[in-house]
Amino acid sequence: MDLLALVDCENFYASCERIFRPDLKKAPIVVLSNNDGCVIARSKESKDFGIQMGAPWFKVKEDFLKSGGQVFSSNFALYGDISSRVMSVLSQMSKKIEIYSIDEAFLDLENLALESHDAANDFGVYCRNIVKQWVGIPVRIGIAPTKTLTKVASYLAKQQTHHPGIFSITNNQKDIETALKRVPIHQVWGVGRRLNKKLSNSGMKNAYDLACSNIPLIRKKYSVVLERTVRELRGERCLAMDENPAPKKQIVVSRSFANKISDLNTLSPIVNDFGVRACEKLRKEGQLCSKVGVFIRTSPFRTQDRQHQTIKFYTLHQPSDDTRDILSGIRWILPKIFRHGFCYAKAGVMLSQFTDENVLQYELFEQINGARRNNQLMKTLDKINHSSTQVNFASQSKIGFTAMRRANVSPRYTTSWFELPTVN
Amino acid sequence: MKLSYIGNISADSLPQNYTPFFAESVPVGFPSPANDYLETPIDLNQYLIKNQVATFLVKASGDSMINANIGSGAVLIVDRSIKPNHNDIVVASIDGEFLCKRLQLKPRIALIAENAKYQPIFIEQGHELEVIGVVTAAINIYK
Repeated sequence: MDLLALVDCENFYASCERIFRPDLKKAPIVVLSNNDGCVIARSKESKDFGIQMGAPWFKVKEDFLKSGGQVFSSNFALYGDISSRVMSVLSQMSKKIEIYSIDEAFLDLENLALESHDAANDFGVYCRNIVKQWVGIPVRIGIAPTKTLTKVASYLAKQQTHHPGIFSITNNQKDIETALKRVPIHQVWGVGRRLNKKLSNSGMKNAYDLACSNIPLIRKKYSVVLERTVRELRGERCLAMDENPAPKKQIVVSRSFANKISDLNTLSPIVNDFGVRACEKLRKEGQLCSKVGVFIRTSPFRTQDRQHQTIKFYTLHQPSDDTRDILSGIRWILPKIFRHGFCYAKAGVMLSQFTDENVLQYELFEQINGARRNNQLMKTLDKINHSSTQVNFASQSKIGFTAMRRANVSPRYTTSWFELPTVN
Repeated sequence: MKLSYIGNISADSLPQNYTPFFAESVPVGFPSPANDYLETPIDLNQYLIKNQVATFLVKASGDSMINANIGSGAVLIVDRSIKPNHNDIVVASIDGEFLCKRLQLKPRIALIAENAKYQPIFIEQGHELEVIGVVTAAINIYK
């Protein structure tokens, strides 16, 4: 029986903060976004306390700290190192592993020949114990014949109270059916908010309803992507390792400001920074974008201030990943949306309408060599700026992108000689 | 204007029609006979770390392990993948604190200091002892 596993680190950032702080074993922990703006990770205790994902920190701060909660600014040096350790342990357990995000990976368990439900569960327990012992991170494991079903299994592993953290679905119709009936349709991998509404309106409540739907009809009414989801839910493998339902559709780089900004000369270089960062991400994804968006907004929490928020888009003549094209879009948008007399608290750059760089269609009258002229320059730039920004665009800010508020950052326990944990 | 060296750009990032031009001459002499015997320099990681992903470094503080040659400030190599045995030096957490001590499993579980000044710590009912990892080496810097 060919099975896959989805290994998902539980409350990853919060768990990383706990590794070197045994005193925080049972404490509620939250981790804040860049600039300490809002909550981006919570330990189980913080969830139970009622802290919502994305909650603005200043709003929950008082109650949370009073109740003995612990707050951390994001420490990506630590999370990155711990993540790579977890991934290395996992890659020793399976012949093939696909790192899906900083805290999730798919494992191909084919070579393990897990023939029964019990064997699958045993592997799950083994894997969970090793990661916990070696690295100190608790993981949740969903085992199933297809990627979409491993997501289902992972969801069910989260729900159950006994045998915590592990759930397996074998390639047996009865097994799959029971599992799917317990999963609400919006929890199915690849079913977003809009699709969820459409499917619910047509009477589907759980994953099983979706799995039973008529395939040609699904393809006609929705898409081949949803058709694949349906097949995968039935136990038919459509998504191979390293192949996922939808590549990124947009890239957003945004920040809240430590100090509110009310003039364009201060705002402009910062937004240009966001643009440069977004382009780096775009090139990493191997995508070209056709649409550049810029948004700015005042703080909705400062009700005494006049409020303004807006977003505007610029369409490029041709899909591009060249930072200069994107910056020229930003230069066009920003003066048009900026208004004097407002204190802006947040801004961001959004790139969308992607085309894969390998399937670019050229415009009829465009010169082909002209279009990609900058490829080499951008590649060189990315190489130079690989670990820290060394070469800037003139329109970027001088202080640099990383000058941000991180009041509660923990030591870089595993990546700096000067910040090692101490023992008595 | 201040300039800082940021490293070399590798050849594949250069434009394709770029032809390197060397203005200086290159001495052409007898090649070093040692070239055939080149080896990589000794790597301390290889000597000190058996299982990289499960190994963490911590800094010792205090003199409680002085008789095991662990001075204050020593860097300890802690391997979380090794099963702790009786008499191993371990890093353990007890009551929310990291301690480095010798682990005693029999006749009763205790953490023993390597310094007569310190009493053994017996694990009483209701206290939780968690062995984080086994100390496989200590690095003392003398100068």
